[in-house]
Amino acid sequence: MVLVDMRAWVQLISVFMWNPLMGNFISGHIYRGKLKQICIPALNCYSCPGAIGSCPLGSLQTVLADPFYNWSFYVVGWLVVFGSFLGRWICGWICPFGMLQEWLYKAPFVKLALPQWMRWSKYLILLVFVIWIPLAGARTLGLGVPAFCKYICPAGTLEAGLPLVGLVPGLQAAIGSLFVLKMTILFAVIVVSFMIFRPFCRVLCPLGAIYGLFNRVSWYHYKCDRELCAGCGTCANQCRMNVDPAREANSPECIRCGDCLQKCPQGALSAVYGFNSKTEAIGNE
Amino acid sequence: MLRLVLPALGLAMILFGLLRNEHLTVWAKAITICLECVGIG
Repeated sequence: MVLVDMRAWVQLISVFMWNPLMGNFISGHIYRGKLKQICIPALNCYSCPGAIGSCPLGSLQTVLADPFYNWSFYVVGWLVVFGSFLGRWICGWICPFGMLQEWLYKAPFVKLALPQWMRWSKYLILLVFVIWIPLAGARTLGLGVPAFCKYICPAGTLEAGLPLVGLVPGLQAAIGSLFVLKMTILFAVIVVSFMIFRPFCRVLCPLGAIYGLFNRVSWYHYKCDRELCAGCGTCANQCRMNVDPAREANSPECIRCGDCLQKCPQGALSAVYGFNSKTEAIGNE
Repeated sequence: MLRLVLPALGLAMILFGLLRNEHLTVWAKAITICLECVGIG
C-alpha cells in the first residue's frame, strides 16, 4: 500500500516536473530555451505551454522526417538510455497521460477487459506512424510528416491543442477536420478510460511499446522466487495490465505499478535495481 | 552483460547524434508551436 500511495505522489510530481512553466498556460506562449534540446523520458508534448523538455516520440518523428538524416541516433540514444535503466517503470510512475487514465479508471463505472491481441497494435503504430511515414515522406517528398503526432496523439491534443487553441486566436481560426479527428480520439480515450485500465498505454502508445522491449533487460526489474511462489494466482488476478507476474515478471506489458509486489501472500515477487541480477531486492514488504 | 552494454550504447548514440547536430533539429521543432500536435496542420 505504501508503494502504491508513493506512486500516486510521484505521478503528480512528474506532471509539474515536465511542465513547470504554469504561467505559460495564461499567456499562451511555449518555452523556447535550450532545455528543449533534451528529451524527457515520458510522453509529454513539447508544445504544451508548461513543457521544458522535448517529447521523445515527437523528437524521433521530427528527425526522421528531415531528409538530411536517415535515422535519429540522438533520440534513439535517449530512448535506449531511459529504457535500459527504467523500462516501463516510466509508464507507471512518471507519465502524465498514464496518470490521467488511471484517475479516470478510479471513477465508479462499468469495468471491461481488454482483449489480449489488442496489445500488439501499439507496435504496428510504432512502425507505421512513428517510423515509416516520417521516413518515407522525407525520402520521397523531401519532407516527412510526424504522423503519430498529427493523426493520433491524444496527449498532444490535451496538453497543447486545447490550451493553445483556447488562448491563441490565430489557431482558433485555423481549426479544421484534423482538429475534429484529434479531439474525437482524445474524447474516445477519455471515455474508454473509465471502463478499461490505461487503454491508450495498452493499445496505442508507441513509447510504451519501445520501453516494454527493455523490461527484460532494464536495471529496474522484477524477480519471482520460484521456491517461495505457491502458484496461487493472486498476482495475476489483481494485475490491471493483464500480466501474470509469476510466469512473466518482466512482461513488456508490465508498467511496474507494484501492486503484485504488495499483494503476493508469499512475498515471492520483488523489485530489483542494478545491472547484476543478484542485486538486493527492493520494494517488497 | 546486456544491462551494461545497452546504456553505454545509448550514450554513444546520443553523442553521435550531437555530432550530427540532431539536437538542433529537435530544438528547432520544440520551440515553435507544433501544428501537427495541436491538430491544425
